[in-house]
Amino acid sequence: MTDLTDLGVAAIRNGVRSGAFSAREVTDAFIVKVSRAKALNAFLVETPDHAIAAAKEADTARAAGEVLKPLAGVPIGMKDLFCTKGVASTAASHILEGFTPPYESTVSGKLWDAGAGMLGKLNMDQFAMGSSNETSAFGNVISPWRRADGGNAPLAPGGSSGGSSTAVAARLCPAATGTDTGGSIRQPAAFTGISGIKPTYGRCSRWGVIAFASSLDQAGPMARDVRDCAIMLEVMSGFDPKDATSLQLDVPKWEAGLSNSLIGKRIGIPKEYRVDNMPSEIEALWQQGIDWAKDAGAEIVEVSLPHTKYALPAYYIIAPAEASSNLARYDGVRYGLRDLPEGANLQDMYAATRAAGFGDEVKRRIMIGTYVLSAGFYDAYFTQASKVRTLIARDFERAWESCDLLLTPTAPSAAFALGEKSADPIAMYLNDVFTVPSSLAGLPAMSIPGGLDKAGLPLGLQIIGKPLDEQGVLNAGLALEERAGFVARPEAWW
Amino acid sequence: MSVNIATVKKIASLARIAITEEEAARIAPELDNIMGWIEQLGEVDVTGVEPMTAVIPNHLRLRDDVVTDGDVRDAVLANAPQAEHGFFTVPKVIE
Repeated sequence: MTDLTDLGVAAIRNGVRSGAFSAREVTDAFIVKVSRAKALNAFLVETPDHAIAAAKEADTARAAGEVLKPLAGVPIGMKDLFCTKGVASTAASHILEGFTPPYESTVSGKLWDAGAGMLGKLNMDQFAMGSSNETSAFGNVISPWRRADGGNAPLAPGGSSGGSSTAVAARLCPAATGTDTGGSIRQPAAFTGISGIKPTYGRCSRWGVIAFASSLDQAGPMARDVRDCAIMLEVMSGFDPKDATSLQLDVPKWEAGLSNSLIGKRIGIPKEYRVDNMPSEIEALWQQGIDWAKDAGAEIVEVSLPHTKYALPAYYIIAPAEASSNLARYDGVRYGLRDLPEGANLQDMYAATRAAGFGDEVKRRIMIGTYVLSAGFYDAYFTQASKVRTLIARDFERAWESCDLLLTPTAPSAAFALGEKSADPIAMYLNDVFTVPSSLAGLPAMSIPGGLDKAGLPLGLQIIGKPLDEQGVLNAGLALEERAGFVARPEAWW
Repeated sequence: MSVNIATVKKIASLARIAITEEEAARIAPELDNIMGWIEQLGEVDVTGVEPMTAVIPNHLRLRDDVVTDGDVRDAVLANAPQAEHGFFTVPKVIE
């Protein structure tokens, strides 16, 4: 009999509907896998009861002959950035230790309403600040992948959604939620050989998602293929009056609209993405992706996004500035950690609590943000960055005059070893060079696995679309996915 | 422009993060390096460019001015490190 944990979202949904297996069988199989994967450190909290309750509901509904919900019988992983009612939610930070939300985030609530169950809360970079999952207060997540050289150097699963990428790649769950501020869905997906999509800014409600940089934060799914991403995204999206930036639009039927043809589509290749020192294997994969797109009927056009090189520095003003404001709420008064030294006054308590509760990278970004927003520097830094952001968005608008989608690599390298980049913040930040520009412009973008490098590690291809054209992005993803035929998976060593 | 130890201490104080002398000495060159890298933004000509305020054009909605929430005091206080008599409590702020 097939191992049920090898099945993706669509296969589980269809199998539960047809009665090939029960939701309970699927859920129990994943629960066992999760319980045996402690070495990966992907889960911060395991919630088997939540998953079992959802499975029972699905099986009961099927026995009663009811129409099953869109995700009935599908157990998933939830990034710990989403507040989940009655289940500890920490954003992988000590400052939120002990916090149990009395409410449910809109996106997680939509998934439960659609019949999904929760296997647990997934580890991540602290407050989603990081590209390797090394900033978590609760330990590194270890990628299930290893280099083929026989060395067992633990590799980064990418970040910030590193628990999500590891859990999906290691078959601990068929899909997981992620969030993406500057690449935190796409880069970990690329590092672990899975798919992930960040929708247009405003598609998924941010309500109940612990805030990092509010003008950039977007939720999205991570799963093993494009169809599973479409199914998940359809459930996660939708208007929410509780989020002022939520788009008041109907959610398209992305799964039903999937098509693997790119006939009539023009795919832009941005020349500025050919960065210095890009590994030749990534160049080669990019060319391979271009050939696949042509084979699917697309016309390839070269385009220019002249402000690309300024996206990262602009991001490292805008995101820390918003973070310094958003994270001002952690004051030791209303929730989470309080550090009250003997004889301390209120101001001392704030400073001691925040010193004890935030990790180094979070402090670094709060301080950058505080600096660029401080009197005398605001215009030179924040206003300048916001103007550059306008220019970056304008670059994309001009590109759309000659193409419908853009194709790029997702990340400038394959997964690196843990510890390899953690001493140099800028080297770490540069990992997001291909994902940050589309985040600054609020565009939908997806990573799909394209192939393996010489060391046997996955490499990702990124597709960027026009605002609200998730369908175009998913369809191009499907066309490339079918041609890539990516079936590699990490050997289970954990 | 450069970020020195005195600047780091001032920023940390504004951000309400306690730091020691040693930490300030460690953080100063890190932030100086990052801010130096960010400086390149200054070379972009932004004449006549408006700063971006909304990434996807979207007008802000108004809702009816009615109470939609409330009567959840205990839920609000449930996660407080210290709550007494239905209030958050903090160290004394008035002598």
